[in-house]
Amino acid sequence: MPAVPRRPRGPDPEFGSTMKSTILIRGGRVVDPSQEIDAVLDLAIKDGRIAALGKSAPRSADEVYDAGGLIVAPGFIDMHVHLREPGHEAQETIESGTAAAAAGGFTAVACMPNTAPPLDNDSAIEFVLRQAARTAHTRVYPIGALTEKREGKELAELGLMVRAGAIAFSDDGDGIQDAGVCLRAMKYLSMFDRLFIQHCQDRTLGGGGCMNAGPTATRLGLPGIPAASEVLMAQRDIALARQTGVRYHVAHVSCAGTVELVRQAKRAGQRVTAEVTPHHLLLTDEACATFDTNYKMNPPLRSRADVEACVAGVQDGTIDCLACDHAPHGKEAKEYEFQEAPFGIIGLETAVALYIRALLLPKVIDWPQLVRAASTRPAQLLGVPGGSLAVGQPADVTLIDPTAEWTIDVERMRSKSRNCPFDGERVQGRAVGTIVEGQWRFRLTERD
Amino acid sequence: MTAGIERPVWTRKHLLTINELSREEILFLLDTAESFKEVSTRSVKKVPALRGRVVVLMFFEDSTRTRMSFELAAQRLSADAIDFAEKVSSTKKGETLLDTARNIEAMGVDIMVLRHPAAGAAEHLARAVNCCVVNAGDGQHAHPTQALLDLFTIREHKGRIEGLNVAIVGDILHSRVARSDIRGLQKLGARVTLVGPPTLVSRDFEAMGARVTHDFESILPEMDVISMLRIQKERMTASGFPSVREYVHFYGMNRERLRRCRPDVLIMHPGPVNRGIELAADVADGPSSSILRQVTNGLAVRMAVLFLCQQAAAGGEHAP
Repeated sequence: MPAVPRRPRGPDPEFGSTMKSTILIRGGRVVDPSQEIDAVLDLAIKDGRIAALGKSAPRSADEVYDAGGLIVAPGFIDMHVHLREPGHEAQETIESGTAAAAAGGFTAVACMPNTAPPLDNDSAIEFVLRQAARTAHTRVYPIGALTEKREGKELAELGLMVRAGAIAFSDDGDGIQDAGVCLRAMKYLSMFDRLFIQHCQDRTLGGGGCMNAGPTATRLGLPGIPAASEVLMAQRDIALARQTGVRYHVAHVSCAGTVELVRQAKRAGQRVTAEVTPHHLLLTDEACATFDTNYKMNPPLRSRADVEACVAGVQDGTIDCLACDHAPHGKEAKEYEFQEAPFGIIGLETAVALYIRALLLPKVIDWPQLVRAASTRPAQLLGVPGGSLAVGQPADVTLIDPTAEWTIDVERMRSKSRNCPFDGERVQGRAVGTIVEGQWRFRLTERD
Repeated sequence: MTAGIERPVWTRKHLLTINELSREEILFLLDTAESFKEVSTRSVKKVPALRGRVVVLMFFEDSTRTRMSFELAAQRLSADAIDFAEKVSSTKKGETLLDTARNIEAMGVDIMVLRHPAAGAAEHLARAVNCCVVNAGDGQHAHPTQALLDLFTIREHKGRIEGLNVAIVGDILHSRVARSDIRGLQKLGARVTLVGPPTLVSRDFEAMGARVTHDFESILPEMDVISMLRIQKERMTASGFPSVREYVHFYGMNRERLRRCRPDVLIMHPGPVNRGIELAADVADGPSSSILRQVTNGLAVRMAVLFLCQQAAAGGEHAP
């Protein structure tokens, strides 16, 4: 079973209220797509579970929290983060990464297996769960590697990892290049009903690239990664998945072609899902023009048309989930030249504001749709508790002030890394409180 | 700044790309190079303009002529020129380019001339150091002094650049020279046509305002200037054409093609020439060719670049 941190280590004055067994969240706008609720209601939490949801609050509670003007949502779940532990603890740890997650409004994260060593066996999965139980601020769901060492050659011990608690499988960072190996992994995994998550990138096309292939890369003289490299693998995988019945999920969709493939597959009734990151909803490859390595990610930032297609994919539900692909790198790694620098940016502490910027302010979707994509759908796809504020559910709650204006400042972040292209930007909306199993894991204070 | 004194045209302490330069700045630099060119004709080929200044040549990639050209340019300005050659990538060595540069700067350097295999390396460096940075070629991105010497040579021959038809032929995709030439020529009002197979000249270049064609024959009669790029066999990992023989057939400049050009056409090549491949030997050595004059002019242009950047930096130091 996924680990839930029982209590913070040692006395922690910031969490003075953590041990209260009943909390009343009063007067907030409760948005819970799982029950089709969007109304000002009171939410009562008792013994780590949702005890009541309604207009008339119970009289007594250990703590009454005034949520007037706030969004009260089932806890946000980010199904695509890199916590870097084991192996790269200077960049992030399970402790620091989940502190960032809690501060960003997330009650759970699913962590990718491209650690060192990779999470490709049951003891590695157990290690993550044990570290999480000891140090994490949110729920942590480890994702196991599909193939040994993520090399795309031999199947990893998928069944033993399922038994140890792996919640889904992916070779993230790489897609499985060999179609035969991919088909075998899909077939084998189908017996466990766990999600197959693919980082779609055909390496025979733009394998040495460092940004989107297109006019900007051509102008800068940088080797490009064509959108077609993503489309090709997604197309192949959808054809393979059709034969196997595996639940197939496209990680961080970045281009119009992939959105359309997922749309068609869904229309045909296939169990295909997808996620998109905030940066692929907001930025284009033109941001790379200054060689700022904070704009170097994989998949790369694409064209304006691709951004629009991703936004449209969220709007019509083709893209199920929002996930930030939190990828911490130390400052020294980002000091390299663009071609040499590693891919990826951090995102947990900025995600909510950026989802609001990309999707709510332009009125692409509404709050219930946002909560569905950030909470309800990820919970369903991973098959984990949460995603709902129904009575009896674990009390995982995200509180968001939708109008708060603030300035993104990497120096104030909980993450150990600082690689964020949005640093210094003025944004609207942020998490003000995060409750995991009835306990406060984050409350916005003055110092934030 | 005192009232009545005109703002100097050149205020840049770095030369990173052609893109950042205005038409006026380019022309000012070419004019300055003109005056330096005369220095090379004297018996004592030296002026004291940069006496006591240190120029470090940081070359992370093989180069003979560009490095020598910069070295001579520094010496003719009476600067001390020192060499730093390194071919192991910084990531492999564990020290970043910026660390290397900061160490060299700490020894007291006025100008860094950087040649580096990574696109954007010069801009990256300029953000991290206080001294002047001159880009001597970064990956496939930019090679501004080559573009400036090409502009200088064209202007010398044609008396103008505005309104000329200029073709650049060959491996545009992998060429930093082409990228800088396109921008420089456009800023001075020339019309640029890029020629080569689609694998080496993609339609994406049209976004830079250039005309793209795959038919060399058809454009020969209209061109005032044709610049032939070196086929970089060493960089063609996934070859852009089936064979050298086939490339020469479609895109090589030879006597027959030259005959179809205007009589006053100028044939250029940034060097080093693959004789018999992109350029037939008799064309390379013929009267239409400006190859050696480009090399000569390169020296004057690089003197102007070093001089102006250093002067701008020193001006900054003395400003109130």
